[in-house]
Amino acid sequence: MLRLARVNIQKLDALHSRCFAAVASKKAHEKDIAQGPARQNESFMANIFRGSLVPTQVFPYPDVLTSEQKELTASLIDPFERFFAEVNNAARNDENSKIDDNTLTALWELGAFGIQVPSDFGGLGLNNTQYGRLCEIVGANDLGLGITIGAHQSIGFKGILLFGTPEQKEKYLPKVASEKVYAAFALTEPSSGSDAASIKCRAVKSADGKHYVLNGSKIWISNGGMAEIMTVFAQTEQTDKKTGEKKDKVTAFIVERSFGGVTSGPPEKKMGIKASNTAEVYFEDVKIPIENILGEEGEGFKVAMNILNNGRFGMGATLAGTMKECIKKATEHANNRVQFGQKIKNYGAIQEKLAQMNILQYATESMAFAISQNMDSGSQDYHLEAAISKVYASECAWYVCDEAIQILGGMGFMKETGLERVLRDLRIFRIFEGTNDILRLFVALTGIQYAGSHLKEVQRALKKPTANLGFIFKEASKRAASTVGLGGTDLSPYVIDELQPYAKKTAACIDLFGQTVEELLLKYNKNIVHQQFTLSKLANAAIDIYAMIVTQSRASRATRLNLPTANHELSLTKALTLQASDRALMNLRNATSSYHQELNKEMSLIAQSVCENSGVHTSGVIDLN
Amino acid sequence: MARVLVGVKRVIDYAVKVRVKPDKKGVVTQGVKHSMNPFDEIAVEEAVKLKEKKLASEIIAVSVGPAQSQEVIRTALAMGADRGVHVEVSGDEYELLQPVHVSKILAKLALDEKADLVILGKQAIDDDANQTAQMTAAVLDWPQGTFCNKVEKTDAGLTISREIDGGLETIKTKIPAVLSADLRLNTPRYATLPNIMKAKKKPLKKVTAKDLGVDTTPRIEIISVEDPPVRQAGALVADVDALVAKLKEGGHI
Repeated sequence: MLRLARVNIQKLDALHSRCFAAVASKKAHEKDIAQGPARQNESFMANIFRGSLVPTQVFPYPDVLTSEQKELTASLIDPFERFFAEVNNAARNDENSKIDDNTLTALWELGAFGIQVPSDFGGLGLNNTQYGRLCEIVGANDLGLGITIGAHQSIGFKGILLFGTPEQKEKYLPKVASEKVYAAFALTEPSSGSDAASIKCRAVKSADGKHYVLNGSKIWISNGGMAEIMTVFAQTEQTDKKTGEKKDKVTAFIVERSFGGVTSGPPEKKMGIKASNTAEVYFEDVKIPIENILGEEGEGFKVAMNILNNGRFGMGATLAGTMKECIKKATEHANNRVQFGQKIKNYGAIQEKLAQMNILQYATESMAFAISQNMDSGSQDYHLEAAISKVYASECAWYVCDEAIQILGGMGFMKETGLERVLRDLRIFRIFEGTNDILRLFVALTGIQYAGSHLKEVQRALKKPTANLGFIFKEASKRAASTVGLGGTDLSPYVIDELQPYAKKTAACIDLFGQTVEELLLKYNKNIVHQQFTLSKLANAAIDIYAMIVTQSRASRATRLNLPTANHELSLTKALTLQASDRALMNLRNATSSYHQELNKEMSLIAQSVCENSGVHTSGVIDLN
Repeated sequence: MARVLVGVKRVIDYAVKVRVKPDKKGVVTQGVKHSMNPFDEIAVEEAVKLKEKKLASEIIAVSVGPAQSQEVIRTALAMGADRGVHVEVSGDEYELLQPVHVSKILAKLALDEKADLVILGKQAIDDDANQTAQMTAAVLDWPQGTFCNKVEKTDAGLTISREIDGGLETIKTKIPAVLSADLRLNTPRYATLPNIMKAKKKPLKKVTAKDLGVDTTPRIEIISVEDPPVRQAGALVADVDALVAKLKEGGHI
């Protein structure tokens, strides 16, 4: 039997977009749904939402750099590391809450501010993968400094790279790549965080149509206190070409501090990433020439989301480096510290920690470079994976750093060891550039939306059964197979022999994943967008599946290439698969179980009651009642 | 204005733990990180400083070795050398290449390139020979200033302060001359990324030892390469008397 959900796709879509102001849906998908047959999406993760396997982006593990590019990248690593060893001092940057001028000058000379700017504009012209490799070094050494250079190029002027006109590129890229002009990305406002579409900054077009006048303010802008050039988002009045209706829509602008009317507040005092400057930025009657509109008028939201999506992969690479450094410190200690007459590395409690830390590092790195290489080979379908890797990397890095501190014990708590700074620095990574909570919903709903569009296609085919018999038969048999538990997913062609049993476990997760999505669509219809308890379970399962897939692919590659580390990588992959497949199955079962329905209801009630009473709402045990 | 020839050798990175090959004929080099010999970096830096002070007109970086030696030439170019010469000596022959060969090659190149100054690292950290600069000076019959701690240009030539046992020695020399760089001569810069990009476009000439008329036939044969002996485990003694007894037993006192 073919089971079909009658999903009101358009409504789902509209709700989805509103929910995900901070992360955005992909325009291409929206078009697919409106216009008919879904285009082939290359994303591995998007496709498992509809129970289908599209292996091109993950199997075999991508390898896009030419040997010349690899050689060049290798030659850049040494000077980058030497900058951190000889010039930069992360502890001092943290202590002073700023990077001193000498270090910044050295960083400019090193070329670290224009890594991806084409060499014609004075940058290094590296691709995403090469950038990612350098990010790893930054992450291992100084996250605060990493934010300074990341806010500058990963988001600050990325919009000019992605959407700039030739004139805008000519004018601004040389400055920000090598002429010591800082850039910033200004989206967030006091009343507009995750819900980025609700910004209040407003730009009004002058009567002669030659410029816009911008008013409003932004908060928590990285590099906000020092940036000369900013990508600023503001509401503008746009007229709908069809209906003539006037509507507020977001437009992106390139704003120079020198336009006048741009001021910034004092540096914010923060928990971590203190080396980076974070400030409020105010705009008072700032005159922006019309040629400084970035992208299309009224399309600023899309510009913002594309910039964020495009920059997100770098975080995974950065944090993979951070984890490496934490692991190095923890291992050094475990190798030397003697307690109860033995090196602590001989104790199971320590071994378990070290192994877990390495498993997570391996998966994070595998994700980051799968995505960067997908992007470099021209893929447009990396947004789900990039969101997954951001969530995964930021949570794993926190765990790894925390456990490193635990292994070092009291020594880990001391400032001198340098891990407490890293832990403070890491905390923000789960919050900024799309909070992990929002990104989880984004992953689940973007996938569901894609699956829904496919279901709609099946519905359409069913209206003319004779004409679409083959298609319907294929769908029916696929679904029949998964319902009776035969399992439609087969990963065996893609992994080496030794990993076959593990690939089977992952395949079982993928099968259940597709079924669960369909079941949820059937059950909730368009209301699925409100089921956040359930959606985050689905997202967690997706994250675990992606971790299994990329590590199995990378370890297979290591084995085929006969790398000296292949056996170790296989161990990491096996261990990860055992953990992740179990967890994914549990999350998927929970997503539809009645037991969890009850739990969710209770949790919801608890939260309501706590909120109504502004805090803990219990009677003290020994208080007078 | 002088033309400076700088020697740069590709060696196993100082941070790598060196392992002996199973056949005991050498050390493992495959898949091992290599970089420019640290003393050669100091030599390059000194040459670049001379150029920045307008005391040198051109810097030529030379490396003798297999194809990968070009990596360290590129590094020298990124640090500020103007062009490179790669003298290709491949595989087995390179393993048996000795300072005497390299010094003849460098001497020939110094004459061909009309160099006024040859600056080399005082020794390479792989074979620790500390001979090439001295031999090169001998082949050329030029004065030498080895273990340089400071190099100053004077009207007549160079005033060099050298590191010797127990202190510094100051000498004066005319140019042309051969210098060898000691550790404290300067702190070498790292190549910036934009300069690495630019270095890709700088000229790099490839020649063979044969082209230069230098015979690199091996004069030696490697019999065996051994790991340093492993340190024996120590033992705790109960008191001073026991310690003295043990030392006597071992014939140490």
